[in-house]
Amino acid sequence: MGRTLAEKVWDDHVVRRAEGEPDLLFIDLHLLHEVTSPQAFDGLRKAGRQVRRTDLTIATEDHNTPTLDIDKPIADPVSRTQLETLRKNCAEFGVRLHPLGDVEQGVVHVVGPQLGLTQPGTTVVCGDSHTSTHGAFGALAFGIGTSQVEHVLATQTLPLAPFKTMAITVDGELPEGVTAKDLILAIIAKIGTGGGQGYVLEYRGPAIEKLSMEARMTICNMSIEAGARAGMIAPDRTTFDYLQGRDHAPKGEDWDAAVAYWKTLRTDDDAVFDAEVHIDAASLSPFVTWGTNPGQGAPLSASVPDPASYEDASERLAAEKALEYMGLTAGQPLREITVDTVFVGSCTNGRIEDLRSAASVLEGRKIADGVRMLIVPGSVRVALEAVAEGLDKVFTTAGAEWRHAGCSMCLGMNPDQLAPGERSASTSNRNFEGRQGKGGRTHLVSPQVAAATAVLGHLASPADLSDAAVATPAGV
Amino acid sequence: MEAFTTHTGRAVPLRRSNVDTDQIIPAHWLKKVTRDGFEDGLFEAWRKDPAFVLNQEVYKGATVLVAGPDFGTGSSREHAVWALQNYGFKAVISSRFADIFRGNSLKNGLLTVVLPQETVDRLQKLVEADPTAEVTVDLVGRQVRAEAPGHSKLTADFELDENARWRLLEGLDDISLTLREESSIVTYEANRPSFKPRTLEV
Repeated sequence: MGRTLAEKVWDDHVVRRAEGEPDLLFIDLHLLHEVTSPQAFDGLRKAGRQVRRTDLTIATEDHNTPTLDIDKPIADPVSRTQLETLRKNCAEFGVRLHPLGDVEQGVVHVVGPQLGLTQPGTTVVCGDSHTSTHGAFGALAFGIGTSQVEHVLATQTLPLAPFKTMAITVDGELPEGVTAKDLILAIIAKIGTGGGQGYVLEYRGPAIEKLSMEARMTICNMSIEAGARAGMIAPDRTTFDYLQGRDHAPKGEDWDAAVAYWKTLRTDDDAVFDAEVHIDAASLSPFVTWGTNPGQGAPLSASVPDPASYEDASERLAAEKALEYMGLTAGQPLREITVDTVFVGSCTNGRIEDLRSAASVLEGRKIADGVRMLIVPGSVRVALEAVAEGLDKVFTTAGAEWRHAGCSMCLGMNPDQLAPGERSASTSNRNFEGRQGKGGRTHLVSPQVAAATAVLGHLASPADLSDAAVATPAGV
Repeated sequence: MEAFTTHTGRAVPLRRSNVDTDQIIPAHWLKKVTRDGFEDGLFEAWRKDPAFVLNQEVYKGATVLVAGPDFGTGSSREHAVWALQNYGFKAVISSRFADIFRGNSLKNGLLTVVLPQETVDRLQKLVEADPTAEVTVDLVGRQVRAEAPGHSKLTADFELDENARWRLLEGLDDISLTLREESSIVTYEANRPSFKPRTLEV
């Protein structure tokens, strides 16, 4: 019987297999950041261990870093200590680090791909659940806890329990104005936040094949929001073209050997998935969340659901609590929800195409009075590219703030936060209670919806902007 | 890791589904660089509400958390497990756990027990009716037992894969176990293709 993409990559990394034990898998790439690594390095130190493969390990600073005044000392002493701890650990153990101020610094899941380190058929881990992003390249990539970070540092391997496979086939074509973010939000709403538990998802079908690498990363990034172990997309010409010429992509004969191998990384025709889901791309429209988990979403054209409409008691209770926290009432049209803040950025939507997409909507327009809009590039490289294209000017002319690279308002670990009761439209990945700051209320949206929302002051798509048609950049 | 064999203690019912790790321990606590001192951050936002179950006097000192479905979703932060342990929890019972959280818990000796939702409901009702009821989580016998006056005795078997159970019962350190197999790692490394990426500066 044939094998799925995920099974092929798994099999190619088995270091040791023994009856009654989890497979021991080799890890090709280990990404580190300041939040989930300090206790792991401490563990190594206590046991007198070294980092086994510093040549397969790389660190960046992202969660705690400010996006303003980066040349000044970090104001929060606890954040400063955590960043200094990473610097000390990387120096002591010989790990390559891109600190704040470095040209390669940025959100860890933006940095890996842009350096060409994330490659098809590799295993990629990081103490960060959004490691699923790297699956866009046909890598088996997943988030791990700090104990596992220590395990990989010490052994470059992980003992892993077997997974199940789920095919998510997206047929047809995404309508104009419907993006990868809308698609993944619709998928999560369909299968639920626990729907992917125990599974590696493979996104496939014509609508997926048409997506750019940036858009594929947006999709795979949010696999964890459906509870999945990982999300993957088979590598193809789009993948190879993205990689060719990048700093760490194979060169010369290695490139040819790599591409020959990468071309084998497709699910065999006779492979059987443990579960299958079908989505009709043509049926989709811009999608936003109304609740406090990423599965609580609906088309922008819909209204806030009535909790009483849920048959399942725990879902009904969850919806009631969500509406209470979000300050919404059942039946309220989603388009009438007004926001205080709009955030464009994060490992979900902080790449150059995302910024282009938001800029295309904001060009020649102004954001609404009283709305604060933050544009935070995912990495310094993304920022430089955006500046070279003049996107920063589009943003600042529209009245948005152009910030330095980092995780920023995706999570409340740095100065960019919502105040209690404030409401945001955010291109990030989690609308959990307090995720963007204590008491903050989050609506997850695409970069295009974020930009249109900033202009109108309420949840909106570019189609709602009456003054001019907005072109959709291809592939986003 | 501390070994886990069997534990008996009072239990607290948490009637919420989809409790994500941001609720278990909010992000601002993640700036700490130690594995301890997270107890005050556990469910920090909800604990501001005097009616929240952990604030109720009758559940003070409980060591077993009986949670709703899909517990531990979201962020991979192991701090969520440390916070539960620092607070005093020894075991968490739910009908479904998020994968990363479950993995983290078992690596730290916090036993996460999966029971059918119907059984979790019964257990929650039992400890709501009698907060002094003692709940036993027995990893040796793979069984949860609870008893309260006026309620029929609850006995529920649970599954845990044999390897994970053995590691917990023995309190084994994963890294030492893996390093026993170092020769397999060396062999694998020797055969890796040259086109695989390296992080060294180019």
